[in-house]
Amino acid sequence: MTLVARPTDSAPTTRTGSTLLDAVLRFRALGLLIALVAMVAATAAVNSRFVSQQSIRDILLGAAITILLAVGMTVVVLTRGIDLSVGSVLGLSAYVTADFLQVNPGTPVPVAMLLGLAIGAGCGLVNGAVIHFGKVPALVATLGTLYVFRGIVYFVAGGSRINASDMPRGFLDFGTDRVLGIPYLIIVSLVVVVLAGVFLSRYRAGRDMYALGSSPEAAKLAGIPAGRRLLTAYVLCGALAGLGGVLHAARFGTVDASAGSGMELNVVAAVVVGGVAIFGGSGTVFGAALGALLLTVISNALPVLSVDQFWQQAIVGALILGAIGLDRFVGLRVSASLRRKDSHVD
Amino acid sequence: MSAMGSAPEPPQLRPVVSLDGVTKAFGSVVALRDARLELFPGEAHALVGENGAGKSTLIKILAGVHRPDTGIVTVNGETVEFTNTAAAKDAGIAVIYQEPTLFPDLSVAENIFVGRQPRARLGLIDRAVMNREAAALFARLGVPLDPERPAKGLSIADQQIVEIAKAISVDATVLIMDEPTAALSGVEVERLFAVVRGLRDAGAAVLFISHRFDEVEALCQRVTVMRDGAHVSTDLMAEMTIDQIVRRMVGRELGALFPKQDVVPGAVVLEVEALSRAGLFRDVSFQVRAGEIVALAGLVGSGRSEVVQAVFGIDPRDAGTVRVAGRTLPAGNSKAAMRAGVALVPEDRRQQGLILDLSIMRNATLVRRNRLSRFGFLTGGAERREAAEWTRRLQTRYGRLTDPAGTLSGGNQQKVALAKWLATDPKVLIVDEPTRGIDVGTKAEVHRLMSQLAADGVAIVMVSSELPEVLGMADRVLVIREGRLAGELSRAEATEESVMFLATGRGAAA
Ligand SMILES: Nc1ncnc2c1ncn2[C@@H]1O[C@H](COP(=O)(O)OP(=O)(O)OP(=O)(O)O)[C@@H](O)[C@H]1O
Ligand SMILES: [Mg+2]
Repeated sequence: MTLVARPTDSAPTTRTGSTLLDAVLRFRALGLLIALVAMVAATAAVNSRFVSQQSIRDILLGAAITILLAVGMTVVVLTRGIDLSVGSVLGLSAYVTADFLQVNPGTPVPVAMLLGLAIGAGCGLVNGAVIHFGKVPALVATLGTLYVFRGIVYFVAGGSRINASDMPRGFLDFGTDRVLGIPYLIIVSLVVVVLAGVFLSRYRAGRDMYALGSSPEAAKLAGIPAGRRLLTAYVLCGALAGLGGVLHAARFGTVDASAGSGMELNVVAAVVVGGVAIFGGSGTVFGAALGALLLTVISNALPVLSVDQFWQQAIVGALILGAIGLDRFVGLRVSASLRRKDSHVD
Repeated sequence: MSAMGSAPEPPQLRPVVSLDGVTKAFGSVVALRDARLELFPGEAHALVGENGAGKSTLIKILAGVHRPDTGIVTVNGETVEFTNTAAAKDAGIAVIYQEPTLFPDLSVAENIFVGRQPRARLGLIDRAVMNREAAALFARLGVPLDPERPAKGLSIADQQIVEIAKAISVDATVLIMDEPTAALSGVEVERLFAVVRGLRDAGAAVLFISHRFDEVEALCQRVTVMRDGAHVSTDLMAEMTIDQIVRRMVGRELGALFPKQDVVPGAVVLEVEALSRAGLFRDVSFQVRAGEIVALAGLVGSGRSEVVQAVFGIDPRDAGTVRVAGRTLPAGNSKAAMRAGVALVPEDRRQQGLILDLSIMRNATLVRRNRLSRFGFLTGGAERREAAEWTRRLQTRYGRLTDPAGTLSGGNQQKVALAKWLATDPKVLIVDEPTRGIDVGTKAEVHRLMSQLAADGVAIVMVSSELPEVLGMADRVLVIREGRLAGELSRAEATEESVMFLATGRGAAA
């Protein structure tokens, strides 16, 4: 028997996959933060008013609603789904809530928010039911309900609009008031981000969302209640869009039937830029929220930098492609290094 | 539970699980026509049969994945109709499926505990406890996997370990294992069996499916044979010989396991020099001559598969050279390797070997579609002829050649994956667990084919966890331990003991 192995000095090193993955995810969040800071710094250099308190508050207010919707969209996208109807749900909720407040001016704000949540949840339930029971692909189903819900808004509104003067003072104040200098709207979306983050990372039902998106086949074998979880995801997404509608009404004061049109694409873009895998299974609401913030900052900054409309669109597009490309690249690197690294500890 | 071993059906015990007269068809393919099975508490029961006999379909019915067309399933004497896997789980049935099905994005620990993660205050998942429990399970199995790493990128053997950990982590009254050992080597199998015997002695019923008869003999008290979807016999293991079992499985006589023909080795075809990859293997050098079969043996995680993947170029290498017939292959370039006449049958047939949604025919001919096409068009006739020829040679059982490969039984998928590469006329053929999940009859046929290829001057590198296969087929055995070449054994020197000694670095396989 011939021994050909030569003794070597260093033993194979072991790295744990988790720290590696954490590093990547942190890197991802870090990348977004860097882009954010760079964008703000560059714009501020051109026009220092961009970083005035008022302007920052405006940007955050603008981002608040997108963030809310991006959180709901994240939950759906994690399960390998998508919800294109969020803009219409927002419009429906905004109009119905505003209309309700116009008739019942004494309604407290939390009740208005509950009303919006309920309307959104109802729409989400319709989406979830069509997708799960009707076995319709999410893209098609929610593309359909995008038009259906919008149609309902037009039917309800019948061409009229609700103005700030028609709505109770207290509700409009809610859209502008702040505690400790922070507007209520921003507090609402931050609370939602944190709650959703905890739900997704620390609760069984939340982990099931990742599992469903990561491998539907394995989820079936593991006995994960796919139907219930999918319905939950779409109801949650709808409810948050509904809540977004209430915030929209409070912030802008005027609501017509076209409120929130086209918003779904912004939201999907924010989620993708925020590092949520479009085929499900990975990503966080914090990333999605950062993505929403970055897109809002960009759309506010580019006019200040006097970049014309066309280029604004192109830049957002490039950002999305860049994010997807980065995901792909990082994904390949991670899986390569996971394969390379020794999976056995000790 | 002491009654096992005295009578096949102890009257004082009621079966925990029974199936009677179960039928199941998938379209025109009848997978089960008259399946029967009884499992008693405290017994380990073997279920054997050829590829496509319906074993996996049967256990999927027990697991609630499929619903039987007709027939009765009982648990603890009561008729049940499982509509999903959760219902079967609640009834105390834990299953290790033939094909590991993990969540690639979730951590290994979470894969084990998904849906029943340990919880702390407010129902929050307690990750620390979860990781600790996962680590404890891996320690019991003797394979120290990192609980926090994602399941993405695990080798097929490690995936199987995770599946096993998942199944033994629940206090199941019925543990069903569908070829859990197909990619494991002797040491891990022993560990697994120690754990399973513990569960069995504590009163669990164990159903064990395997094509490795030594394992069946080592673990099981009773054996049920299936053929063509129907029950053939159930006997005490002690009263049966392997020959009898095999005869009942195939319904005819089989020759002995096929040993390799002696071939006078030709020129060196494959030269691997000082191949290294950080953290995986280092300084691996060997040569393979035309007509030789060289086996790479070693424990799970020793780096065997990683070495051949780097040789073929689907993985990069950090250092070292690979030469085929004197020409150096570029690192990490499997296309160049294929052009130089190297073929690799990967260990993971579902992720790397086959495209499950494509037809059997397309899969079998995938690598050669250029040669089978005219003016860039695939001509259905040529493709069909080729595929039909190879599936016949490897005794593949299927409905139609146009069915998706994913509908084949595990062993039959392996045969298609083999056919795909065997037919490329390679100069160097690298096979990683070539007979994983393949039944006895076809195993001999695969061995005969490999021997024939070697006689025709092909240089063959074979990674295998199955010692009889290594000893029967290899001219030389290279043993890898912890990423390094621990030694080389000639055909005469190679015995079970000498290989295990090198693989573990100590005497007996613990
Ligand atoms: N989902 C499915 N769709 C169509 N046919 C199927 C499906 N599942 C199994 N079959 C067919 O049923 C038959 C029995 O398959 P099964 O997987 O039960 O075999 P097996 O005994 O487990 O074989 P092996 O030893 O190869 O794992 C095979 O002919 C297979 O092609
Ligand atoms: Mg099977």
